[in-house]
Amino acid sequence: MIANPAATPVVELRAAEKVFDDGTRGLVPIDLAVQPGEFVSLIGPSGCGKSTLLRLLANLHAPSDGQVLWWRGGFDQVGGDGRRLSFVFQEPTLMPWASVLANVRLPLDLAGVPRQEAQARARAALQAVGLAQAQDRTPGQLSGGMRMRVSIARGMVTRPDLLLMDEPFGALDEFTRNRLDADLAALSRQGGLTTIFVTHSLYEAVFLSSRIVVMASNPGRLFGEMRIDPAIVRDQAFRLSERFALLCRDLSVLLTSAALASGEGA
Amino acid sequence: MTPLVARPWFVQIAAPVLLGLLVLCGWQGFCRLDHIPPYILPAPGDIGASLLANRATLLHALWSTMKVTLMALALSVAIGVAIAFVLVQSRVLENSLLPYVILMQVTPIVAIAPLIIVLVKAPAVALVVCATVIAIFPIISNTLQGLRSVDPGLADYFSMNKASRLQFLLRLRIPSALPMFLAGLRISAGLSLVGAVVAEFVAGTGGTSSGLAYEILQSGFQLDIPRMFASLALITVAGLALYGAMAALQRMVLRALSHAPGR
Ligand SMILES: Nc1ncnc2c1ncn2[C@@H]1O[C@H](COP(=O)(O)OP(=O)(O)OP(=O)(O)O)[C@@H](O)[C@H]1O
Ligand SMILES: [Mg+2]
Repeated sequence: MIANPAATPVVELRAAEKVFDDGTRGLVPIDLAVQPGEFVSLIGPSGCGKSTLLRLLANLHAPSDGQVLWWRGGFDQVGGDGRRLSFVFQEPTLMPWASVLANVRLPLDLAGVPRQEAQARARAALQAVGLAQAQDRTPGQLSGGMRMRVSIARGMVTRPDLLLMDEPFGALDEFTRNRLDADLAALSRQGGLTTIFVTHSLYEAVFLSSRIVVMASNPGRLFGEMRIDPAIVRDQAFRLSERFALLCRDLSVLLTSAALASGEGA
Repeated sequence: MTPLVARPWFVQIAAPVLLGLLVLCGWQGFCRLDHIPPYILPAPGDIGASLLANRATLLHALWSTMKVTLMALALSVAIGVAIAFVLVQSRVLENSLLPYVILMQVTPIVAIAPLIIVLVKAPAVALVVCATVIAIFPIISNTLQGLRSVDPGLADYFSMNKASRLQFLLRLRIPSALPMFLAGLRISAGLSLVGAVVAEFVAGTGGTSSGLAYEILQSGFQLDIPRMFASLALITVAGLALYGAMAALQRMVLRALSHAPGR
């Protein structure tokens, strides 16, 4: 669970940069290595390239230059035991024609998991996000927050080893958000899971992360980093502690300078 | 207790039926009281009587019209879907073919019906070809639009999960296209009937005898106006039945889809 610099990074950017077809510089060349068990939050002003960075890590964008490595190899390394990747998008991105249960089951179906097992795992994942009752509805019959929770359940159902989440809890109410934060913290404490998490909430970032990467825009780049002892148990006591408040203040200072460095993006 | 008019079943079913009956009674009364002769405007009673008297001929005509309609619909689906799948494969193909598809779509096909009847020697085939040409375009354009309407986010999700081409097709492209396709199918079903009737009219004036349109033509020549109305009523019933069947199919398919395919 504790990041070990000698271990094989789960995912790694080596001078990876992204220039879009229209000439927009999404990201300047970036170096970033994420070790097994790390919980890395990406935080920064809107438009600084957080989603772009995540899409590079999910092979949804090819870097314009530089390299992206998964377990020290290409994207073909991904998949199979111990190397499962899962992505929760900023939008729910569900199949509107399919039931909630079928939506959650999708990655298992695509991987050829037997129907019985897939069905049971999808139910359990829905239970975990508090949507067991809604399994037969279609996404159109759910609220925005419920749809997002379905998307989260779909992200968790494969028991991923690398979990990429793009602001997954942004659309949720404070209570549900805190509960899912706590669930996520518990999950990553169990070990094995490596998470890269985009958020706009500095409290959420401090609560969950072992490392917070602050980004700035114009052009999109890494601006600074903050590490938080992964041994700290992330619970209500931590949320109310003085240590938490201090960490939030530090992060806030860092974020303010990132915003200033972003020029018009501030 | 809810008043009758506030209940959904009443408003949806009973109300239009009642209105229909009322209109029929008014029509009947008007014809009887004003002594309108049946060769000007037949009363519903006369039409019903004519329908009964000519039931053998008329039902046979209905059957042959329905045969043309259903064959044209089946052909439209088979050929239309195939064309849409071919067009969606490549931009170049679509760009070069689509203008002609549109050209044919904006030409009132009814106008080329006589040409088809003349060109195709076998009359039965000519009728089906003519109705198919009229019915096929909604299938092509809706299926094409449906196949293109895949959510790019979902496409990303599939490719990230290393979905095979077959999985893409069966689990993403086809389900995405289905609602548009089904809407097209509904329009096309109505057009198949229109096409069949138009083709029969054109063929009928040329002397080929079949179908309800031919019955209408013949009744007109013989000034048997009640029988003309009876044929018309059967066409309407056929149209309603088709519409109902397509609506039911649409509901069934979409419901089945929500519980998702196996493999
Ligand atoms: N496909 C694209 N083509 C051109 N420019 C793009 C494309 N996608 C993103 N951009 C640009 O890249 C920059 C970074 O976008 P990105 O979506 O990564 O921001 P973000 O940090 O996720 O913002 P937010 O917090 O609002 O989600 C933006 O300036 C955006 O306009
Ligand atoms: Mg974003």
